Amino acid sequence: MTQPTSQSSAQSVQELVDAAAGELAGINDTDSLEAWRVAYLGRRGRLTLFLRGLAQLDLEERRVAGALGNQAKGRLEELLDERSKSISEAQLTRSASEDRLDVTLPGRPLVTGRLHPTTQIMREICSAFIAMGFSVVEGPEVETDHYNFEMLNIPLGHPARDMWNTLWVDQQDEAGNYPMLLRTHTSPMQARVMESTQPPVRVVVPGKCYRYEATDATHEWHFYQVEGLAVDVGITFADLKGTLFEFARRLFGNERKVRFRCDYFPFVEPGVDMSIDCFACNGEGGGCRICRDSGWIEIMGAGMVHPRVLAGVGYDPEKYTGFAFGLGPERIAMLKYGIEDIRLFYSNDLRFLSQF
Amino acid sequence: MKVPLSWLREYVNVDLPAAELAHRLTMAGVEVGEVIEMGGWKECFVGQVLTKEPHPQADRLSLCRVSTGSEEMEVVCGAPNVAAGQKICFAKVGAVLYNSHSGKQEALKPAKIRGVVSQGMICSALELGLSEDHEGIVVLPDDAPTGMSLDSYLGDTVLDLELTPNRLDCLSVLGVAHEVGALTGQPVREPDISYPEDGPAISSQVSISVADPDLCRRYTASLITGVKIGPSPRWLQERLTKAGYRPISNVVDVTNYVMLEYDQPLHSFDYDRLKDHTVIVRRAQAGETLVTLDGVERKLTPDVLVIADAHDPIGIGGVIGGANSEIGPDTVSVLLESATFNEHNNRETAQGMNLRTEATLRFEKGLRPELAPIALRRATQLIQQVAGGQIAEGIIDVFSGEAASPQTVGLSTERLKKLLGMDIDLETVERVLQSLGFHCQRSGPGQVEVTVPYWRNDINIEEDLVEEVVRIIGYDSVPTTMLSTPIPSQQTTPMTSIVGTVKDALVAAGMQEVISYPLVSGADLHRVGLFDEAEPPLRMANPMSAGQEYLRPTLRASLLATLAANEGHSEGPFRLFEVGRVFNPNGGELPEERDMAAGVLSGRRWDPSWLVDDSTLDFYDAKGPIELVMDDLGITCVFEPVDDPFFHPGRCARIFAGKEYLGIVGEVHPSILDRFDLKAQPVALLELDLPAVLQSQKGISRQFKSLSRYPAATRDMALVVPAGVPAAQVQEIVSSHRLVERVELFDVYSGENIASDSKSLTFHVFFQSHQRTLTAEEVNRALQGLLRTLEQQVGATLRA
Ligand SMILES: [Zn+2]
Repeated sequence: MTQPTSQSSAQSVQELVDAAAGELAGINDTDSLEAWRVAYLGRRGRLTLFLRGLAQLDLEERRVAGALGNQAKGRLEELLDERSKSISEAQLTRSASEDRLDVTLPGRPLVTGRLHPTTQIMREICSAFIAMGFSVVEGPEVETDHYNFEMLNIPLGHPARDMWNTLWVDQQDEAGNYPMLLRTHTSPMQARVMESTQPPVRVVVPGKCYRYEATDATHEWHFYQVEGLAVDVGITFADLKGTLFEFARRLFGNERKVRFRCDYFPFVEPGVDMSIDCFACNGEGGGCRICRDSGWIEIMGAGMVHPRVLAGVGYDPEKYTGFAFGLGPERIAMLKYGIEDIRLFYSNDLRFLSQF
Repeated sequence: MKVPLSWLREYVNVDLPAAELAHRLTMAGVEVGEVIEMGGWKECFVGQVLTKEPHPQADRLSLCRVSTGSEEMEVVCGAPNVAAGQKICFAKVGAVLYNSHSGKQEALKPAKIRGVVSQGMICSALELGLSEDHEGIVVLPDDAPTGMSLDSYLGDTVLDLELTPNRLDCLSVLGVAHEVGALTGQPVREPDISYPEDGPAISSQVSISVADPDLCRRYTASLITGVKIGPSPRWLQERLTKAGYRPISNVVDVTNYVMLEYDQPLHSFDYDRLKDHTVIVRRAQAGETLVTLDGVERKLTPDVLVIADAHDPIGIGGVIGGANSEIGPDTVSVLLESATFNEHNNRETAQGMNLRTEATLRFEKGLRPELAPIALRRATQLIQQVAGGQIAEGIIDVFSGEAASPQTVGLSTERLKKLLGMDIDLETVERVLQSLGFHCQRSGPGQVEVTVPYWRNDINIEEDLVEEVVRIIGYDSVPTTMLSTPIPSQQTTPMTSIVGTVKDALVAAGMQEVISYPLVSGADLHRVGLFDEAEPPLRMANPMSAGQEYLRPTLRASLLATLAANEGHSEGPFRLFEVGRVFNPNGGELPEERDMAAGVLSGRRWDPSWLVDDSTLDFYDAKGPIELVMDDLGITCVFEPVDDPFFHPGRCARIFAGKEYLGIVGEVHPSILDRFDLKAQPVALLELDLPAVLQSQKGISRQFKSLSRYPAATRDMALVVPAGVPAAQVQEIVSSHRLVERVELFDVYSGENIASDSKSLTFHVFFQSHQRTLTAEEVNRALQGLLRTLEQQVGATLRA
C-alpha cells in the first residue's frame, strides 16, 4: 500500500463517493440499504477505514484529507437519508395498492343506550328553570282528594272538577267517598311544598299524572307534567311573564315571542295560558301544520297563586304573592320533534325510542 | 255554546271581521273554538214534503215526494220525524254533506236504498253541520220559501265557544254581547221586557210555596192563559236551529230561547194539570216516583228537590220536568217557572240520575238570584208574542233571602300593582269594569267598591277583579321582569339526583330507557309470580280496562311484556331499562312509593356485523351495568349467589353493600319466559332498589388517591382452585396484599388439563410501592407469599 498523499487522498475519496453513489442508485429495499450503509459507513466500512488511515499522514495533509473525508461522510449520509425516504415512500405506495382497506365497510359496532325522549325533554325543561334559581322536588303519584283538589280551591262538588277525569283507588271511607286517587296533575305539590316550607319558595315539580280518559293521537291517560311555583314578598305577574319568556327562549330559541291569554284554573287568579310564536313557520301561519295556521302554539297554563291556596297552607295572602305554572313535556317533545301521536311515547316500541 | 252573529248583533254592534272578533274573545278568556261559516251548502234548498209513504221493503224507512218548487223528486228518508207538509232542508245529488258513517264530508251520490232510487236527501242538523243532532231531520218553519237556496235562508256566521267552567255568563248570547261590548267599546242593548198584564192577578189563580229554601233560594212564576200551542215563527226557529237546538213548539222554544239569551233555565207547566193549582217546592218523600219528560220512571229520595202540585211531584227542580204536567198540543194555560236552585244539590241530583241537561249545566254553577225574575218576564213576554193569550197580572216571587242584594267587591290600585307589577290608574280601572257592566263607586284614595252585574257569578274576590281589568287591557301591557327576590335555599331532593345518575350510568352501559304504565293487569302480576294474595296490590275503583287495573308492585312484569312486544319486530340486541315507582299498599294510607331501577337484556349481543361474533346476552351482560352504576356512585358492593323462584337456578345473585340489600340480578326462569311468550333465551334481569342505593351512598365522597412515582412490576399468576371457590374471594385475597396495586382476572378455564372438580383462574397482578422502585427479588417474595396464603385459604395451586 502506497502512502497516501493529500492529492491521492482527494482522488480516492472522490472515487469512493462516486462508487457508493452508483451502488446506492440501484438499491430499492431497506435490507440492501442497510448493507450499503454497513459497507461504507459502518465501523468497518470503506469510508470509516479511509478516515482511520489518515492517522499516518503528516499534520498538514491530515488536515486537508480529513476535511475531505468528513465532507464525503456528510455527503454519503445525506444520500442515505434521501434514499431511505424514497424507499419508504415507495413501500407505502406499494402497500396502499396491495393492502388497501375497504373504507366503506361498517365500523366496529358500539353498544349505545338512550334516554327516553320524555326524560330528555324533562331534563331540558328543568335545567331551564334550575338556571333561574328553581330547585327540583318530586311528590307522590298516588294522592289524596285533599291535596289533589281541596287544597287547590276545588272543593267537593265544584263544577271545575269536571276538568279532571279521575282514576280512583279502590278504597272507600265511611262516607262512601274515595279518598285516594292517581294525581291528575302535579299541582298538589304546590300545597305540599308550601306546607313544609316557609317562603321564599321556588321549585319545579316534574312527574307522572293520570286521567280517566280515552286515548287518541293527542290524549294519553298517563303523561308527565312539570309544575312550577314561586312565592315570596313582591312576586308579580310581570315576574311570571319574565320567567316564562326566558324559559321559552331557552327551549325554543332566542328570537321566540310569547303571548298570554286569559284562561281558568281554580288555583290561580288571574289565570293565563302562554303561547309561543310558531317556530316552524315563524308565526306566519298559512298552511302550517304545527300551529294549525294560527302562528301561535299554546304551551302552558299559569297564573298568580290564588289567595285561598295561600291561606290554605298558612301563608298570609296579604303579605305573600306568587305564581304557578304547569306544562306537558310530551306536547313540547311532539312540537320539537314533529311527533304526531302521543301514544307512541309509552308503547315502548324501540323503533320509536331509538330515534331520540 | 254556539252564538250566531245575527243573533248577537241584536244586542251589540259588531263591526269587526268574525275572525278578529273571535281572536279578541279568545285572548280575553272566552275561547272561540271555531268560527263556523254556516252555509256553502251547494245544491241544498228549502223543500217541502208532499207525500210520505212507507217504504215497501223496510219498516223504518219512508218514501217521500219532495218539491223544490221547480221540480219534484222521490227520496228515501229514515228519520222518524218526517211528515207530509213539512218544510225541510233538501240536498240534491252533488251536495257535499257530513257523512256520520265515514265521519267525512262527502258528495251525495244517487243511491238505491232497498230497491228504491233516492234522488236526494232530507238533511239532519248533523249532516248540514248545524249541530250534533242526528235524531231526526231539520224541520223548517212553514213560511220557509220552497226552492230558496239554503245558503240564503240559513246562512250565517256562528261562533262556537269552548268555555271554561267559570264563565257561566257566556253560556248566553247576552253574556257574550257584554263581553263583545267591553272588547270593542260598543254599548250593549238589553231587550225591553215589558208587556201588558191584562189578566186577573196571578196570586188569585195559583198558590206557590217553597218548603226547602236552602235548596231553592228564589222561585218566580208567571201565568199565561189562552195560549195556542203550535210551531214557532220562523225567526225563533231559525235562531234555535243556528244555535244547535231543534225547534219543538212555541212555548217550549221560548223557554229554550230565553235560556240561551239570558242563561236562566225556565220550565213551563200545563196549568190545568196542576192539582189544586198549587205548586210546592220541597224535598221528595221516600217512595215517590216521577215519570220524567224523557219517559223514564225515576225513584225519588229526600235528597232530591221536586216541584210538586198539591199531591204529586210534577218535576225535578232544575233538572227535568215531569210527563204529568208537560205542555201538549191542547195546553191552553201555561205556568212559567224561573227559579234559583242550589248548585250543589242540583249537581248531586244530576250526577245521581246520570242526567246532565242544559239546565243542570247552568244551575250547578250557581246562577245569581237577581236573574230569575228578569228571565221570567222576558219569557212571559215572548210566549204571549208567539202563542197569544193573556198574561196574569203580577208574578209570584218567593225569595227566601234578604232583598236581592248584588255582590260587591272592593278593589285598590295598590293590590293591582302588587299582583301585576304595574301601575294602572283608577280611571282606567273604572272604564274597563263599567264596560263589562260592573258598577263602580270610589270608596277611598285609590279604591273602588265594585257592584257585580247579575250575569257574572264568577266575581267574588279582589283578585277576580284584577283579572277582569288585565284581561281587557291585555296581557301585553304588563311589563316583563325577572324574579328579583333572593334565590331560596331549597335543594333538589337526593332521590331525584340518584335517579338521574342511575339513568345516565345505564345509558352509558348501552341500555335504552323505556317508560311504561304503572297500572298493570292482575294476569301479568301472576305471570311474574308477584301477586301477593295476602296483601294484594292497590286496585283502581274505575279501571279503564283489565290491562290497567293494579298499581304495580314491581317493574318486572311490564319490562318482560315490553320485551315480548318488541321481539315481534326485532331480533335485538335488547338492553332495556326503566326507572320508576312501585307501589306498596299501606293500610288505608297513601301507599309507599318506591323508586326502582330494573332492566332486561336478551337476544344477540351485537347488531349483526362482519366484525363481531354472534354470541347472545347473558347474566354477565346484566351484571356489567350494575357494576358501572355502583362505580359511578362510589358504592362497593358484593354479589352473593342465591336461589330465587323468579330466576334460573344457579344463575342469580343478590347485591349487597355491607348489610344493605341493593337488588338482584339473574337470568329469568325459563317457565316465566314461556308465560310471556318470549322467544329469545336467556333473558337477564337486573333490579335495584333505589332507596337502599341512596342509603348506601350516604357519606360517600370521592377522595383523590395520589399516583405512585415508581414503576409497577407485573406478574401473571395462573391458579388452579376448587370449582366451588368464588373468583371474587380469590381476587379479594390477592388485592389485599400490601404491595398489590391492582388485579385483573383475565382468564377463567376448566376442561382439558384441569381436574374436573377444579377451575383455573389467571390474573395480571400489578405490584407497586409509593416509596421506591420494587426490586425483582421483592416482587418474587411477595408473589411466593401470596401463593402460600392462597393455598392455605382456598386450596389454590400454581397451574403447571
Ligand atoms: Zn306554524
